[in-house]
This record gives sequence, C-alpha cells and structure tokens, in this order.
Amino acid sequence: MEIPVDWYLALSAILFLLGVIGVLFRRNVIIILMSIELMLNAVNISLVALSQATGDVSGQILVFFVMSVAAAEAAVGLAIVIAIFRNKLSVDVNDFNLFKH
Amino acid sequence: MTPQFLFFCLAIVAITAALGMLIARSPVSSALWLILNLFCVAGLYLTMNAQFLAVVQVLVYAGAIMVLFLFVIMLLNVAALPSVRDIDWRLGVGFVLGVALLAQLSYAIASSTDLMPAEVSLESTVATGSVEVVAKELFTRFAMPLEMIGVLLLAATIGAVLLARRVSPK
Amino acid sequence: MDLSTAYDALGADLQATLSLWLIVLGGLIVIVWDAFRERDALIPVFAGLILVGAIVWDLFQLTAEPATAFYGLIRTGGFAAFVNLLLEVSALCTIVLSVPYLKRIGKDYAEVYGLVLFAVSGMMLLGAANNLVTIFVGLETMSICLYIMAGLVREDEGGIESALKYFLLGAFSTGFFLYGIALLFGSTGSMYLAEIGHAASTSTSAMYWSGVGLLLVGFLFKVSAVPFHMWTPDVYQGAPTTLTGFMSTASKAAAFASLILVLFYAVPYEKWTLAVAVIATITMVLGNLVALSQRNVKRMLAYSSIAHAGYVLVGIVAGSAEGYAGALYYLLVYTLMNIGAFGVLALMEWDNESGRTQSLDSLAGMGYTRPFIGVAMGVFMFSLSGFPPFGGFLGKYAVFAPAIKAGYTWLVVVGVIASMVSAYYYLRVLYVLWMKDSTDPAAMSNDKRVALTVPASSTAVIGFCAVLLLVFGVYPEFLQMAVDFFSPSAVSIAP
Repeated sequence: MEIPVDWYLALSAILFLLGVIGVLFRRNVIIILMSIELMLNAVNISLVALSQATGDVSGQILVFFVMSVAAAEAAVGLAIVIAIFRNKLSVDVNDFNLFKH
Repeated sequence: MTPQFLFFCLAIVAITAALGMLIARSPVSSALWLILNLFCVAGLYLTMNAQFLAVVQVLVYAGAIMVLFLFVIMLLNVAALPSVRDIDWRLGVGFVLGVALLAQLSYAIASSTDLMPAEVSLESTVATGSVEVVAKELFTRFAMPLEMIGVLLLAATIGAVLLARRVSPK
Repeated sequence: MDLSTAYDALGADLQATLSLWLIVLGGLIVIVWDAFRERDALIPVFAGLILVGAIVWDLFQLTAEPATAFYGLIRTGGFAAFVNLLLEVSALCTIVLSVPYLKRIGKDYAEVYGLVLFAVSGMMLLGAANNLVTIFVGLETMSICLYIMAGLVREDEGGIESALKYFLLGAFSTGFFLYGIALLFGSTGSMYLAEIGHAASTSTSAMYWSGVGLLLVGFLFKVSAVPFHMWTPDVYQGAPTTLTGFMSTASKAAAFASLILVLFYAVPYEKWTLAVAVIATITMVLGNLVALSQRNVKRMLAYSSIAHAGYVLVGIVAGSAEGYAGALYYLLVYTLMNIGAFGVLALMEWDNESGRTQSLDSLAGMGYTRPFIGVAMGVFMFSLSGFPPFGGFLGKYAVFAPAIKAGYTWLVVVGVIASMVSAYYYLRVLYVLWMKDSTDPAAMSNDKRVALTVPASSTAVIGFCAVLLLVFGVYPEFLQMAVDFFSPSAVSIAP
C-alpha cells in the first residue's frame, strides 16, 4: 500500500539533475529560466516527501514559500529578459558577452 | 491500481516531460513539456496526501508562472532558436558536476534510511498534509515569514514594472 | 494551539523586532507615496529618517539579552542588533549618496528607496535567522531586490546584462541552496538550527554532509568567495555605483552573519574548517592577483571585495568567539571603507566623459583639484590595504589573530602576503590621484571641471566614513567591545 520515501527522493534527484543540465547546456534564456523552475520544483518533491515522513509540517510550509519565490523570480527574470530584448532583439546568452574578457 | 503503480506512471511521465523540455527546439514546446511535468508533480503530491500543495501547485505553477512564460514567449516572438549549439567548456564542467552530484545524491539517499521511517504511510500523512494543519502552521508559527513573503512579492512586482516599462523620452 | 493565544504571543514579539517592522512599513509608505506624488524630493528624506529611527532603536538593543522571537524563527539581542546596525548604516549612507547620483544619471526613481528598504528588511531577517525557512525567505527577499537594483541603468547596456547574469547565476545557486535545506531537514528532521546541530552532534549521515555542502555553496555564492565569484566583477561594474557600494557591503554582511549562525549552531566545528580554510586561501590569492591587472577602478574594487570576503572567512575558520567577533568587526570596517570608496567613485563619475568609463587614468591629478576627495580616497585606500593607523589594520588583526590561536598559521601567512600584494593596486590609485598629471587636456579645462559640484550630503557621508575609520583604527577598545558582547550571545544556545 505504501510508497517508500526513497523513491520520491530519487525522482527528485533525477529531476534536479535534469534542471541543472538544462541551465548549463541550453542557450535560450527563457529555457534556462524554465530549467531553474524545474530545479526548484524537484526540490519541492523532496521537501514534501520528507515532511510527510517525519511528520513535521514545516517542510510543506517551505514548499509553499518556494512557490511564491519561484513566481517572484519568474516575474523579475522575464522582466529583465524583456528589457534586454528591447535593447538587443535577441535572447541567446552567447550574444550577451559585453563584459567577456 | 496500486499506489506504487501510480507512482511509477507519474514518475516516468514527469521524467519524460523534463527530458522533452530539455531537448525541445522551440521555447513554446519546452514550456508545454514543463507544464506536463508540473501536473505530474501535482499528482505526486496527491499520492503523498498533500492535497493543499497539489492544488497550489496547479494554480501557481501551471496557472500563473507558466502562463507568464508563454505570454513572454509570444510577446518576444522567438519561435525557434537552435538548441545546444557549440560545445565548449561548459560541457566538461557540466558533465563532471552532474556525475558528482548524481553519485553524491544517490549515496546520500541510500544512506539516509536509518534516520527516518522508510515509508510514507497513509495513516500518518493524513494528519500533516491537510489544509487545516498547513493553514494553522502558516498563520501562527510561520506568520512572520509569511508577511515577509508578501514584501518579497511586492518588491518583485515593483521591480518587474520598473525593469520592463518603456523609458519615456525626456 | 489556540489561535488567540498564538496571536498574543506574536504581538508580544513585535516589540523585540521593531526595527525590522519599522523598515518594512517605511518601504510600503515609500511605494504608496511614490504612486501618488511621483519622484517627490521628500521620499529619500523620509526613507533616511526611517533608517535613523531603526538605528536609534537597535543602538538600545545592543545590550539586550539574546533571545528568540516568533516561535524561535528569528534571533534578537546583541548579535542581531549589531548586524542590523551595520545593515542600516550601510543603507542610510547609500540613500544619502544615491540621491544626487541617481538624479545625475537620470534614474531618480523613488521606487529605488523602497527597494533599498525592502532589501534591508530581507537582510535583517537573513542575518538574524534561527530557522532554515527564515534563512530562505530572507535570502530571497534580499536577492530579488538586488537583481532589480543591478538592472536599474538600462540605456547603459552593460547594466541590464550584468543584471541578467546576476539573476541567472543567483537563481541557479538558490536551487542548490534549497536542495541543501531539504537534505538537512531530511537528515535531522528539523528546520531549527539548534535542533539540527543537536541531531548532528550525535550522528551525522552522508545526507547531512551533502546538505551542509550545498548550503555552503549557496552562501559562498552570495558572499562571492572564489569558486562562485564569476558574477561579481560584471555586476559591480554594471550596477549604479552607489548601489554597488550597498550590494558589496550590506548583502555580504547579512550573508556572513547568517553563515556564522549556521556554522555555529548547526554544524560540528572540527569537520568543516579545513574546507572553508582552503576556500579562504584561494579567495584571498585569486581576488588580489586578478585585481592587480584591472584598469577599471570599479572592477578593481570588485576583485578587491572578493579578496576581502576571503579575509572574513579567515576569522570564521578560527571558529572561536573571538574569531566570529573579529569577522563581524571586519565586516563593520569593510562596510565603511567600501561605502566610502564607491561614494568617491560615484562623485568622480560625474566629472567628465572619461570619468564615466571609470578608468584609472580618469582620476589623474584629481587630488589637487578636489583635495577633500583626494584625502578621503587616501584614507579608504590605506585602510583597504590594511595600513596601521586606519580601521582596516585592526580589522585584519581581528580576523588573523584568532586564526593563529586556532592553529591556522599557514592561512594567516597567505593572508598577510596577499594583503601585501594588494597594497600595490590600492596605492596605485593614490599615485594616479596625486602624482600623475591629467593626460586629457580637455579634462583640465575649466568649463569641464565646473560640472563637478560635490553636494554637502555626499561630503558628510564620505567624511563620516573616513573619520569613523580613523577612530576605529586609533582606539582598539571598540574591537574589544565587539568581542565582549559577542561572547555572551554565543554561549546562550536557546532554540
């Protein structure tokens, strides 16, 4: 009847890793932002599973806060992307090399 | 249908969707894959009896954040950008980091069982996952961070407007 | 838990954290005020007065008994009051310096002052947090405000691009930080620092150490220690200069304060010191070496601030009450030096076209035309490089002495050599300022120089920082006071 906690933690680790890979390898800023959302989301699975396993609700409260933070980050990140897009008409991070040395 | 079977179905769809997001060529299909992934995670919350979070997940992530993403993608009109292009140093760094992280996490998870109950049982989780328990904690013990989250959201809203608005010529 | 008694308890705790709520309320009023009367000149004055009120309140709290408030989520008392004071002074100086600067660059949005106040409230939450949830919320409130500030200068393409870089890397590091929190929570079953430390003192698992490691990654990113410093030069160069001063001081102070609390309460001492010592070493060496080759003054100061994070880490490595007090004292001195140095740079930027590029040559001969700025910059540069009569010297003593006592002599030797190297690039600024004739004939002509009118408010802030640095350098009693008051709050471990 029951599902082991480890399964959730393993799934969470896999999804987190996929998010990390997305941030490192994709060039499109918007997809990088989505990968970051995926990372936060993966951690949330761990937090809920651990919270239910230990019977401490604070894990779920943190998940609630993480969702708010993810929304705030998405808003600010996309605002920055829009501002840059107005400047350069591009969303490819390889073009943003003004300070590269 | 046993819970284990349900978990495997959701997990496989979630991983597939994440992979789909990674390799999709256009940002729009990436966003749609991510939405599928977010719905699967909401389903996983339900298997853990965290109904409140499952609902919030759908409302906030799928309903608000992803709509914002899609909206911006449409607004910027960048239909198809090439995916992984040139392979530079990031490949090496990412590979090493990824292998290290995976090894470490699998080790961490494998060695974690002594400190906590191995399984999520329905009887014990009903008590901590319900709306009443979460709400009570949120508005008493965590009332102060909740207020600060309000400040954070306000700051983000103002900042987003400040950054994205057109500069009026003086 | 009965709700009415719960709210009585919450209401009773409001008083202990009054300065935090005062600043939040001030920020809200600024936002509403600006909505009705855009760019009202009184808004920064109001924001400054709010900060002055908070400073006065926290001065009285310095001697308060250490305790916790809001169900143990946040720490109050001496340590928290000291960190709060540091943050508030930094924010106040920033606001005063920003008013003429932002007007000059045409970005005098009143929202900026609201964002500064919100950022300070997040930092205060972070610097006094006693629970992983509060740490996360405080850290994110601070970071979101800083991302926005970094992107404020938009026509200048560099600004918004550095904001994007800062945002992407910051959000990326938040993911690791959060994973660390989840693993710590899973391995110990609690979000409270003291309970985590209690569980860790009996047995630690691999999951626990992974959690500590990932948490450290998040913190080291925020304080820009070396493997995680890539964002610092670009962001510091791209952001508006006075706000760079704020970022480089207040956000580091808050992150370091929180790091001290986490390491002190939640992690057994013996296990982490060597790793942090190695990071401190490469941070000091790399920060100073790269700073040597910089031609842009703002970029040079960014690398120097990386190196200074390394010095603070040396104090933390010592792991004793003196070490932590030394790290806090160093942060205080560093805040004064850096706010002052960036304030001077902000003034110079006005001067002419070559001033905008912030290259070293644009400062040539400035010492004679603007003696006050030249002398003040001299104080800041000597202090940053750690010469004896100034605060920077005592700050370095405060972090190096406990490290020697803890047996990390090799680390201190590296630190001393690194700061000797750093003297070269700090003094080069003074050399250009005083000894070198301006090569740009246009810059010497009078009509260009007229543009530089130093406002009295900026003079006051820069003078205040310089005088305070001299006072701290001449009277070591203040260092002793810092140690004395940290010790009692360090021994009382009440979750």
